[in-house]
Amino acid sequence: MTVYFKKREVVVPGELLAEGRYRSSMGTYDEEGKIYSALAGLAELRGNTVKVVPLEGVYIPSEGDLVIGTITRVAGNNWKVDITGPYGASLHANNALRRPYDDDISRYFDIGDVIAAEITAFDRNSGPFLTLKGRELGLLTEGMILDLGPAKIPRVIGRSGSMINMIKDKLRIEAVVAQNGKIWIRAPNAPTLDLAIKAFKMIEAQAHTSKLTERVGAMLDQELAEIKETAPKTTEIESEEEVESPVKEEPPEEEPVPVVEEERAEETATAPIEEPAEPKASEEEPAPAEEAKAAKDDDNKTEEVIEE
Amino acid sequence: MSPETKPDFLINPEGLRIDGRRTDEMRPIELKVGVLKQADGSASIRQGNTYILAAVYGPRELHPRHLTINDRAYLRCVYRMATFSVPDRKRPAPSRREREISMVIANALKPALFLEDYPRAVVDVFIQVIQADGGTRCAAINAASLALADAGIPMKTLVPAVAVGKAEGKLLVDLGDEEDKYGGGDVPMAMLGTTGDITLLQQDGSFAKEELVEAMGMGVTAMKYILELQKEALKSAYTKKVAIEGEELDEYEDDLETDLGEAEIAGEEDE
Repeated sequence: MTVYFKKREVVVPGELLAEGRYRSSMGTYDEEGKIYSALAGLAELRGNTVKVVPLEGVYIPSEGDLVIGTITRVAGNNWKVDITGPYGASLHANNALRRPYDDDISRYFDIGDVIAAEITAFDRNSGPFLTLKGRELGLLTEGMILDLGPAKIPRVIGRSGSMINMIKDKLRIEAVVAQNGKIWIRAPNAPTLDLAIKAFKMIEAQAHTSKLTERVGAMLDQELAEIKETAPKTTEIESEEEVESPVKEEPPEEEPVPVVEEERAEETATAPIEEPAEPKASEEEPAPAEEAKAAKDDDNKTEEVIEE
Repeated sequence: MSPETKPDFLINPEGLRIDGRRTDEMRPIELKVGVLKQADGSASIRQGNTYILAAVYGPRELHPRHLTINDRAYLRCVYRMATFSVPDRKRPAPSRREREISMVIANALKPALFLEDYPRAVVDVFIQVIQADGGTRCAAINAASLALADAGIPMKTLVPAVAVGKAEGKLLVDLGDEEDKYGGGDVPMAMLGTTGDITLLQQDGSFAKEELVEAMGMGVTAMKYILELQKEALKSAYTKKVAIEGEELDEYEDDLETDLGEAEIAGEEDE
């Protein structure tokens, strides 16, 4: 009973990980009671199960997975769907449409359409089959798709959905996270969308660091606060007179944050052109600590709830 | 390069080789992982003047379809030499030698891979020799096995390879080009890093039985050394990728979540 690696150590194929009554799971293999790594990745021990989490990899379908795919071919009663990875999926019209349906099923979905679907069957002999019957499934018409690759998806979802739920709640966006590495996002406005993308990219870049949920939360809080500062102007423009100033970055007539105004007045007496940039810069410095704390509290709460 | 002439001796009176190495000394090896952005996995190797790139794509859909194997992935290796990789321009058409080496490399790597995890798919390994100075097939195996690991292909172990040759009655590890050309024989070999199983063993020239056994012994020692270099190269590339901030090292409250695996395990532990 020996473990030869530290938690989250980078291991390489063929490295001896454990000996004795340990169980080999994904990314590892067992040979005469010795567990070796089969991948380059991060080794982890959970209970008595050893696994290696890969940093990259292709999407291998698995029954029950939610995937986002592009239709590549219409073949009789089937659509061929590219779900990335080595296996092309097919979707039978019976699993997508209510009968009776037209013989020409390209009327419903055609080449290039993007769908969210669930994998109903996949084994070594027959390629993955899809269905559109289920919540959130179907044609995706609006929003945008971000591709992070399947290896990062568990992290995007978080433990029992903690990460994605936090992002959805904070930003009030709709999102579908597919196991094949694609994320569909629909946001109410462009700044929120940008922020959502930033959050997902942050997860992608820092997928292997700890306390990520907290940091993403803190980042979102901070950025949201900044958006809010500029938001009153944009909403005014949208709701009242769209004629006035189409560019929201123009120097604000009514200063929304008087505090910042004062600070700046003390520090410098430069031209007003710098105004839009300046409040941001001065805001960033004091904020993170507090917000990080707030986010930490939030996170702890959600985690507690889940654990209960 | 100037027109080649046969050197007067391959081993000088002091017992050193033409490039100053001892008989059991290897050329300096530099391995890099993740050198190509486009590929799913890649590696480069510089072994003396030999310089090789290896790129791995896949597992992906196999075309042409008739090559599919129903119970495992097809390992497609392509070894090519650049036209400028040798002193005389290499003609660009695939040669008999390149096809042979492609096959030999595929066979050397295959036992290390869990190809059965990806039935009907293909794993493509492209090996490009940029500069050839002897020992290219072995260097290619060294690089390709790293590229495969970088691509996240499940494998039992890394595969180191080396050539042991003979010149003027002495066995030499890791032949250079001239030693290969003017020496008395060449035994390239590769092995599985964990078990030491030999996956490649070729020979040209003539060796006595004892010589061959000794050559293999020297080769195994050299391969063990290469294996360590491979591990190191892969680890340093991945440690860079992971880049964990120092202060967080000990706190794993918010752990790496994993998909299905985890749920399964949790369920079983409850039972």
